[in-house]
Amino acid sequence: MPPIPLPTAVPLTYYLILSAILFALGVAGFLFRKSLITVFMSIELMLNAVNLTFVTFSYQHKQVDGHLFTFFVMVVAAAEAAVGLAIILTVFKNRGTLAVDEIDSLKL
Amino acid sequence: MDAILFFLFAAIAVVSAINVVVQRHPISSALSLVGVMGSLAVLYLLLGAEFIAAAQMIVYAGAIMVLFVFVIMLLNAGAEKSPRKGWILTAVAMPLLVLFLGMVSYIIQRGFPNAPLVVFGQFTGGSPKDVGMALFTRYLLPFEITSVLILIAIIGAVVLARKEME
Amino acid sequence: MNVDLISILGNFYVLTLIKLGLVAGVLLTALAYLQWIERKVIAHIQLRVGPTRVGPHGLLQPLADTIKLLTKEDLMPSHVNKFFYVLAPMVAVFFALSAIAVIPFGPKINVFGIETYMQLSDLNIGILFLLALSGMGVYGIALAGWSSNNKYSLIGGLRSSAQMISYELPMALAIASPLLLAGSLSLREIAESQAGFMLGFIPRWSIFQMPAPQLMAFVLFMIAGFAETNRIPFDLPEAENELVAGFHTEYSSMKFASFFMAEYANMVTICCLATLLFLGGWYPIVPSPVADYIPTLVHLAGGGMLIFHGLQPARKWDKYTMPVFGVAFLAVGLLFLVPFLQPILLPLFWFISKVGILLFLFIWVRATLPRFRYDQLMHFAWAFMFPVSVVHLFVTAFLVALLK
Repeated sequence: MPPIPLPTAVPLTYYLILSAILFALGVAGFLFRKSLITVFMSIELMLNAVNLTFVTFSYQHKQVDGHLFTFFVMVVAAAEAAVGLAIILTVFKNRGTLAVDEIDSLKL
Repeated sequence: MDAILFFLFAAIAVVSAINVVVQRHPISSALSLVGVMGSLAVLYLLLGAEFIAAAQMIVYAGAIMVLFVFVIMLLNAGAEKSPRKGWILTAVAMPLLVLFLGMVSYIIQRGFPNAPLVVFGQFTGGSPKDVGMALFTRYLLPFEITSVLILIAIIGAVVLARKEME
Repeated sequence: MNVDLISILGNFYVLTLIKLGLVAGVLLTALAYLQWIERKVIAHIQLRVGPTRVGPHGLLQPLADTIKLLTKEDLMPSHVNKFFYVLAPMVAVFFALSAIAVIPFGPKINVFGIETYMQLSDLNIGILFLLALSGMGVYGIALAGWSSNNKYSLIGGLRSSAQMISYELPMALAIASPLLLAGSLSLREIAESQAGFMLGFIPRWSIFQMPAPQLMAFVLFMIAGFAETNRIPFDLPEAENELVAGFHTEYSSMKFASFFMAEYANMVTICCLATLLFLGGWYPIVPSPVADYIPTLVHLAGGGMLIFHGLQPARKWDKYTMPVFGVAFLAVGLLFLVPFLQPILLPLFWFISKVGILLFLFIWVRATLPRFRYDQLMHFAWAFMFPVSVVHLFVTAFLVALLK
C-alpha cells in the first residue's frame, strides 16, 4: 500500500468553512447562554469569525482591503466592549444579577 | 507544513469556541475565547496578514479580553445555574446547527470550485507598511470616523460607570 | 567529514536549535544571578553585606535557592480553583520567556563559514510581537489573583490588570517615536539604523539622534517599564503591607518561583528593548579604534582591582577567591584582543553592558524609592504619562516630517 501523501497546503475554502463553524458556535452561544457577559463574548466570537473571512478574501484577491475591514471591526469591537461592559457593570449594580432572563423589565 | 499548522490551529480554535459555549463559568469562557483569538492570529499569519495578526493579539486578546476578565473578576460573577431550557432544545438545536454547517460548507465548496491553495508567503501585502498606506490614503475618512467613535465610547463608558453624584 | 559537519550545522533547524539552547541557557542563568546581584546591590546600598554564606561572596546562592524552591513542598490550598491556579504561573512564565526570541544581541556574524544573525528570529513585526506578549502577560497575574480565592490576591490581580492596561498606552506611544526615526518595526533594523556617529563623535543613538532626540521618550518608556514589570515604585499588586503578598500569596515552591522568574525575565526584556530602541543596540559609544580597546581596559581594570584586594584580604577566603576571579577577568579581557573573536565579542560586550546598566537602574530604584498610593498611580498614568507621551509623539512626527 503506497503511503498516503500528506497535503502540503489547504485550499482557501477550508478557512471559510472554519469561519462558518466559529460563527455558528457564536450564534449558539448567543442563543443558549443566559449570563449577560457570556452572551457578549459570543458576539465577540462571531466578530472574530467574520474577521477570518475578511482576511481570507483579502488573500484570494491579493489585496490589503480585507485587512482594513478587519482593523475597523477590531476598533468597533473595542468601543463596543468599553460601552457594553460599562452597561453590564451598571446593570449588575442595579439588579444584582447577570442572567438575561431576569433582566426583563425596563423599570426597576 | 502549512496544512499541519492549519489543521492544528483550526482544531484549537474550534475546540476553544465550543468551550466558550459550553463552559458554565464566565472566566473559563473568556479564557477559551482568548484561545480562539490566539489560534486565529496564527491563521492570519498563514494568510499573510502580519499586522492584523499582531493587532489581533494586542487589541483583542491583550486589551478587550483583559477588560472582560477584569469585569468578571470585579463582579465576582459565579457559574451559571444549569439552563432551564432542557434537553428538548438541545436535541432540536444540535441537528439544526449541524445541518446549517453542512449547507454552508456545501455552498462554499460549490461557490469556489477551484479555490487556490493557501501557501504561506505567497501574499505579502499585509505588512504594517501596506496596511498603513491604505489606511491613510483610501480609507482616511473611515479611519477618522472610527477615532470619533472611540471618543464617543470613552465618554459613554465614563458616564455609565461613574458614581452617582448626590 | 569537516565539510559535512559544517553543512549540518548550517541547516536552518539545527542552527536554530543550537542558538535556542545557547540563548535559553544564558538567559536562565542570568535570571538566577540577577536575583543574587539584586540582593547584593540592595544590601550594599542599605549598608549590609547581603548573601555571603553559600560559596565565595554568596556566589552559589542562586543554586541553593533553586534547589530549595524545587524541593519544597508544593502546597495546593483546598479552596482554590485548581485548573487556573496551576495554569496561571505557567502563563506568566511562558509569555515572559518567549520575548527573548525576537531580541537581537548583535550583528550578522560568521562562524566557521556559517553566516548567522545573533538573534533567534528576525520578525518584521518584532515590536508588535513584544507588545502582544506583554499584553498577554497580564493574564498570568490576573488569573493567579482570581483563582486563589483570597480577597488580597483578588485585589492584587485587579490592581495589576488595571495598572498594566493603563501603562501599556504610554509605553506604546513612547515606543512609537523612535520607530518614526528608524522607519521599521524589525528590532534588528531599528538597531542598525542607529549605527555611526554625528560630527564624528556623538553616537547616532535614538536618544541623541537628530532631528528629534528621544531622551524624553526614553524616560517615559523606562517609567512605563517599571509599571509593566510591577517593580517598585509601582509594585501595588504585591504591596506587602496592604495585601500580604498580593497575587502570589497562595503560591509556594516552584509555582512561586515561576512568578519570580517571570518578573525578572520581563525586566530583562524591558532593558533589552530600551537598549535596542534608544541606546543604539550593540553599537559602541565612541568611534571604532578607541571602542575596540574599551572592553579590554574595563576587564583589565576589574581584574587588577580584584588581585589588588586579594593581596590585602579583608576576609579569610579573599586571598584565594579574589585572585582567581582577577585572573579570570584578565583572561576575558585579553580574549577581546583576539581578532578572530572580536566581531562576536565586541557587539555582545556593548549590548550586555548597556542592558546591565539599565538593570542596575531597576535595582537602584528599588532600593531608593517608596511606593505610590494606588490613586496616585492611576492619576500619574492618565494625567501625566499619557498627555506627555502624546505631545512627544506629535513633536517627533513634526520634526521627522519637516527635517528628514
